Amino acid sequence: MLKKRVIPCLDVKNGRVVKGINFVDLADVGDPVESAKAYDAAGADELCFLDITASHENRGTLLDVVRRTAENCFMPVTVGGGVRDVEDVRALMLAGADKVSINTAAVRDRSIVGRAAEKFGAQAIVVAIDAKKVSREGELPRWEIFTHGGRNPTGIDAIAFAREVADLGAGEILLTSMDRDGTKSGFDLALTRAVSDAVTVPVVASGGVGTLDHLVEGIREGGASAVLAASIFHYGTFSIAEAKRHMARAGLPMRLDGLEGTP
Amino acid sequence: MRIALIDYGAGNLHSAAKALMRALDETGQRGEVIMGADPDVIASADRIVLPGDGAFRDCRENLAIVHGLEAALDHAVRGKGRPFLGICVGMQLLATRGLERGITAGLGWIPGDVVRLAPADPALKVPHMGWNTLAMTSSHPVLEGIALGPQGLHAYFLHSYHLIPEGTGNLIATAAYGGPVSAIVGRDTVVGTQFHPEKSQVLGVKLLANFLKWAP
Repeated sequence: MLKKRVIPCLDVKNGRVVKGINFVDLADVGDPVESAKAYDAAGADELCFLDITASHENRGTLLDVVRRTAENCFMPVTVGGGVRDVEDVRALMLAGADKVSINTAAVRDRSIVGRAAEKFGAQAIVVAIDAKKVSREGELPRWEIFTHGGRNPTGIDAIAFAREVADLGAGEILLTSMDRDGTKSGFDLALTRAVSDAVTVPVVASGGVGTLDHLVEGIREGGASAVLAASIFHYGTFSIAEAKRHMARAGLPMRLDGLEGTP
Repeated sequence: MRIALIDYGAGNLHSAAKALMRALDETGQRGEVIMGADPDVIASADRIVLPGDGAFRDCRENLAIVHGLEAALDHAVRGKGRPFLGICVGMQLLATRGLERGITAGLGWIPGDVVRLAPADPALKVPHMGWNTLAMTSSHPVLEGIALGPQGLHAYFLHSYHLIPEGTGNLIATAAYGGPVSAIVGRDTVVGTQFHPEKSQVLGVKLLANFLKWAP
């Protein structure tokens, strides 16, 4: 049986981790590869690198991080941030990314999704959607896509966009609620459920995780195939093992082999 | 032992190279992993590994344009019986035909077609993405000592298509996803995994070590 996935996400800027993990003794807290190895050992199902470097000039630094991670980890890695064209996708794939996530470039021009999927297969192409609720109380719920960290509205309906990019060849949707991101109040479950029901590809729920029950809700109520979180793991609030065991106890199918403390 | 890891521009090889080295350690043998597509390297290799990420057609074209590669593979594997492992699309390429974005001829080493996954339960998402357990359909040395079944170890899958071999003899293992998904196929000295052993941690390293020890 296919298991639900728990995915820690690391923000990388100029080749360094922005919010370093502090649940293990790392020789270099800012080194993304050290962090990746720690999550690999902890039993994470996948890892996500999000590059938040402002300029595109230092792209080689990110590629080097991905290359060194692929050499040191046996864990599948998704890399996103700053992907502008199919050549960027190719460079990341050749460096060792298993999946590449496209965000703003897909909002600007949806055709990049189809072109990338044709070249690398749908299974390698993730579209990251950052959505905010724009409907008022009492109205039918409506979410819109925002870019630039939630600052710029696009007028694009998030559900329709998700359906469209999935039809074009996206193999996974990484869905972040910009309303919930950083709040620790849980996923936007209505948004997650609406997108999950609208597409036939897996959806990764992101934005708002504060408790282990939030992870369970994202899958059970949101219909997500995987849950992504950053700070609860980086700051050691919960370990990957605690998260996965909690989800298993709640009745979700989880991969428990390789977890710390598991015989 | 010389392990040829075929580089034909279809994805990154570092994870596979590293996993093969770790598997080699586990077998207690000495050896090296040589990345490339040089026919001489293939001819002198004790084991041949063909990875592959991406679309079937794209990988097939990349394989075909490396001069002398297919002839060298055919000679080493089918001629001299060198043990061969295909991974993901490297496994799918063994089929007669791939049906992803049009019909593309495969190597034809394992008769069958590569078709889109169609889980019986429409709620199941495609791609089949993540960790799944394996069930054995025919015993094979690469599965030795690996815990199988619902309580067994997990393998990492990332695909929308799979190889359906003609007849059941060449199907070694399946994963359950709204019906059986071809996970391992094999024929003579050729074996292929749809999942990524280089990403499959304990199960993956064990399977690779078994492949290196295999003396068909």
